[in-house]
Amino acid sequence: MTTSTSTICPTGTSEMHLSPQPVGKLSIRNATKIYDPDGVNVLALDNCSMEVEAGEFCVIVGPSGCGKTTLLNAIAGFHDITSGDIFLDDELLCSGTKQAEPGADRIVVFQHGALFPWYTVLENVTFGPLVQGKMSASAAKKEAEEILAQMGLKGISHSYPSEISSGMRRRVEIARAMMNNPKVLLMDEPYRAMDALTKTIMHKNLLDVYDQSRKTIFFITHDLEEAIFLGTRVYVMTTRPGTIKKVIDVDLPRPRDYKILSSDRYLELKQEVIESVHEEAKKAFEAGEREMA
Amino acid sequence: MTQKKPVYFMGINLRKLRKSIFSKTTYRGIVAVIATVILWELCARFEVPIIGMIPAPSSVFSSLVEQLQDPAYWECWVVSYDRVLSGFIIAQIIGIPLGLIMGLSRHLRDLSFPTLEILRPIPPLAWVPTAVIFWPTPEMSMIFVTFLGAFFTMVLNILGGVKNIDVRYIRSAQSLGSSGFDIFRRIVLPATLPSLFTGMTVGMGITWAVVVAAEMIASRSGLGFLTWKSYVAGDYPVIVIGMISIGIAGYLSSAVIRLLGDRLTPWRKII
Repeated sequence: MTTSTSTICPTGTSEMHLSPQPVGKLSIRNATKIYDPDGVNVLALDNCSMEVEAGEFCVIVGPSGCGKTTLLNAIAGFHDITSGDIFLDDELLCSGTKQAEPGADRIVVFQHGALFPWYTVLENVTFGPLVQGKMSASAAKKEAEEILAQMGLKGISHSYPSEISSGMRRRVEIARAMMNNPKVLLMDEPYRAMDALTKTIMHKNLLDVYDQSRKTIFFITHDLEEAIFLGTRVYVMTTRPGTIKKVIDVDLPRPRDYKILSSDRYLELKQEVIESVHEEAKKAFEAGEREMA
Repeated sequence: MTQKKPVYFMGINLRKLRKSIFSKTTYRGIVAVIATVILWELCARFEVPIIGMIPAPSSVFSSLVEQLQDPAYWECWVVSYDRVLSGFIIAQIIGIPLGLIMGLSRHLRDLSFPTLEILRPIPPLAWVPTAVIFWPTPEMSMIFVTFLGAFFTMVLNILGGVKNIDVRYIRSAQSLGSSGFDIFRRIVLPATLPSLFTGMTVGMGITWAVVVAAEMIASRSGLGFLTWKSYVAGDYPVIVIGMISIGIAGYLSSAVIRLLGDRLTPWRKII
């Protein structure tokens, strides 16, 4: 899986292709985050540790407000952590004293989508390489058209995001991320609020991207079925303060398709995750939290 | 995706234009205008109390024919437009950067916002006496008052526009490798454009209201003055011509801004 340039990944965006090993190993060690709104300390993450292997499809589940997004934002560089360390490919990304810089090696796909409404699909997809000065406009355009075509998004390059469906928008956003050949794709409940049917198409699309690129994906969700269907490992987080409660290895073969959803192993795993999350959800509920919103 | 392709001429979607010209809405609008004119004529003919005092359309029309041939009438248009545009453009030049800076810097916002909020509720016309005193020429005072009409609206709209930019867009841009001025140029500016045009549309409306009143008080030229002068001279049909001219002038200005806004923020167009 070293030649991640195969199809979905653009060529020439990064020197990473030369590297013989897959990249994107995330080591989170004792990450702790205390929020301090109005002088009331809120412990959002408490000594949270996890090791995400390079090329792993890592899915984080847990009750609302357990610190999943806090963790993602720390990796993305949107805020700091109070103590602990996070390493990306054994390089210190952030610690209690150092906030990570946001960068194109860790692209975020947001919960409600963040395509720029004032740019066309093509302008959105080429945004990364162009602002970084990594590609010429024509090369970026060519690359973008290729990626869009591979994702089944032909013929919409000159449409504005408001003119295409939400499913298309989400795929465009993944295309925009892949244009940068990131080490890690950070996805914060990207398919929330989508109908079940669109979701299955999104899943298929994301699995294709993953199978072809083997990028490390850090995926947050509330949807436990989605978690097992997509993930290589599912990390169950405790209710706040968040820490990793359980890691479930999803040993379902890849490439996966919807047929797996009725397999015994899938159902077993689902049961395991449900039980684990339910305990935490109950605790969260009893603690006066909104349950699984 | 099988819809007909729009046909463009000078940036105007012709299909859409044709559709909106030959629509029921247009038809009803025309009928309503004609009905109003007929009703108005009847009120004047039958000398209906109060409303019948307004000169009849027929007399307005014959007076209009004279006015249209009189260069002095067109001079009024030019003078008023000159004032409106000068005030409006200066309001853009000062208001847009100020709004952007206030939106981006908390310090500057904290510093300037209270002052602005105290000055804002003062109607521009209340500034007329002061303006006449401290500006060297009446023309300058007139432009100043017009400027005030658009200025506060611009600043507040842009400030609001910048403050309401979704943090996701900023973060997303950062994550894609953008920073500093690049984020300003590629995210902040386009994200603020819709509010900017809202401010411009509202500001343009206020500007016309202000310039006309100011001309009545402190000037000897312009469409406002034309209306006032006709009142003083007892030339009632021209009062009506002055009023309608102001209406048309205001409408044309707003239409230009709307057109400009549609062209510069094409992503908002939902066809």
